[in-house]
Amino acid sequence: MLTPVVDEDGAPFWEYAARGELRVQACAAPDCGELRFPPRPCCPHCRSFDSEWRLMSGRGRIWSYVLPHPPLLPEYAAQAPYNAVLVELLDDPRIRLVGNVVAAPDAPLNSLDPARLRIGAPVRVAFTEVDGVTVPRWLLERA
Amino acid sequence: MLKDATAIVGIGQTPFAKQLPETEKALACRAILAALDDAGIDPSEVDAFASYTMEETDEVEVAKAIGAGDVTFFSKVGYGGGGSCATVGHLAAAVATGQASVGVAWRSRKRGSGPRPWKNTAVQLPTPGQWTRPFGLLRPADEIGMLARRYMHEYGATRDHLFNVALACRNRANQNPAAIMYERPLTREMYMTARWISEPLCLFDNCLETDGALACVIVSAERARDCRQKPVYVHSAAQGLPAQHHGMVNYWNDDPLSGPAWTAARHLWKQADFGPADVDVAQIYDAFTPLVPLSLEGYGFCGRGEGGAFTEGGALEIGGRLPLNTGGGGLSEAYVHGFNLINEGVKQLRGTSTAQVPDAATCLVTAGEGVPTSAILLRS
Ligand SMILES: [Zn+2]
Repeated sequence: MLTPVVDEDGAPFWEYAARGELRVQACAAPDCGELRFPPRPCCPHCRSFDSEWRLMSGRGRIWSYVLPHPPLLPEYAAQAPYNAVLVELLDDPRIRLVGNVVAAPDAPLNSLDPARLRIGAPVRVAFTEVDGVTVPRWLLERA
Repeated sequence: MLKDATAIVGIGQTPFAKQLPETEKALACRAILAALDDAGIDPSEVDAFASYTMEETDEVEVAKAIGAGDVTFFSKVGYGGGGSCATVGHLAAAVATGQASVGVAWRSRKRGSGPRPWKNTAVQLPTPGQWTRPFGLLRPADEIGMLARRYMHEYGATRDHLFNVALACRNRANQNPAAIMYERPLTREMYMTARWISEPLCLFDNCLETDGALACVIVSAERARDCRQKPVYVHSAAQGLPAQHHGMVNYWNDDPLSGPAWTAARHLWKQADFGPADVDVAQIYDAFTPLVPLSLEGYGFCGRGEGGAFTEGGALEIGGRLPLNTGGGGLSEAYVHGFNLINEGVKQLRGTSTAQVPDAATCLVTAGEGVPTSAILLRS
């Protein structure tokens, strides 16, 4: 599987994920506080270079999804068709994370029946380790 | 003022095929020399070049190989297929401002026989890569498929609308002997039963991987009068990189479904003497079918969310409201990062297209939507 190639701005996301926390970069300027994603050096609203990593509720909704079929990289082809979803966070719907909805945190990418996916479906975050890196996964809120 | 100050006076192309024996450099030289011959201009007169940052053959090699003279302007535009029309725009600006007199824009590509860029995992994509690729969002089709499903959900666009786009391009390719899909008709049944690439996108929603090269020649309007071919004037040109845009994965924008087309369009029309209703024929970048309804909205042919419905009733066919991609486009002629759309626009305004729109006098050509883009308005 592909593991994230982490840059300096994004590194804290993965460090918090390894502790089981979903955190998003936020402006730390007193009068701003805007969340931003992907992470970057300064705030596009107030141009402050002060930032913090704010804990999210871990709850979101499916904004959209695709079901990739081969040709794909071998380890992904082996699980295809699987889902790749875009989750908008309830904390701020403008923050959207690419991920996978699975039947259990460490289940394969194709473990959920695609018929159960729909735009707007509520999901919550879970974490699993892939090749030594902890990545977020998503579980449907209700069976 | 850029408006009509320059013209495209020569176009050239190589054959298009899944596999061509020659190198990208050789193909580039063949297309450029063909375009100069079409214009009746000696290669030694070329003093400006423009291409894409993804072009492997650089201007040093091209200038040397074709025997160009001293070169005083060269430019490369980024973001893959978003750069196509900007190559013409840059040369038009250079010629109009006296920085050069004969400009050549080109694109040479061997994607039919070469490896798929997304398979090269050693070269990571720029920063969005860490947020998308580990989750199996590997290919452009996956990235655009995500926007397409949301678009269909939000506005009621259907697979039939996407089929209308694929069909219009295929029908035109069926008229074009140079097209890869010449004599290969497409039916609704073939489309609806085709294998998936990334649901909701099927095989026929994706462009063709092609080997081939194209080029065009740009000179001042004054010089154009003495050239071999009827001049096709560069009426307006624009690039578009919207605020908070993220490229193919424009998922973090406040409004992910309004892309660079909207930004380019605003500037394009501001500089023009006419509007969308006056466009006789359009060449709209079609790496994937959903880019067409999005672009129809962005360039103002219809309102927000109406791009799917716009394709109904044969609107994109010859004789329809907006004849589209009359050479077959990226979906059915050849996918050479959209350069074939530029040359097809020139053919329409010369009156020499294999699917000629009667008396076509204005043409919109667009570059890749979904990435920082560009567009030109051509007029005869
Ligand atoms: Zn701020």
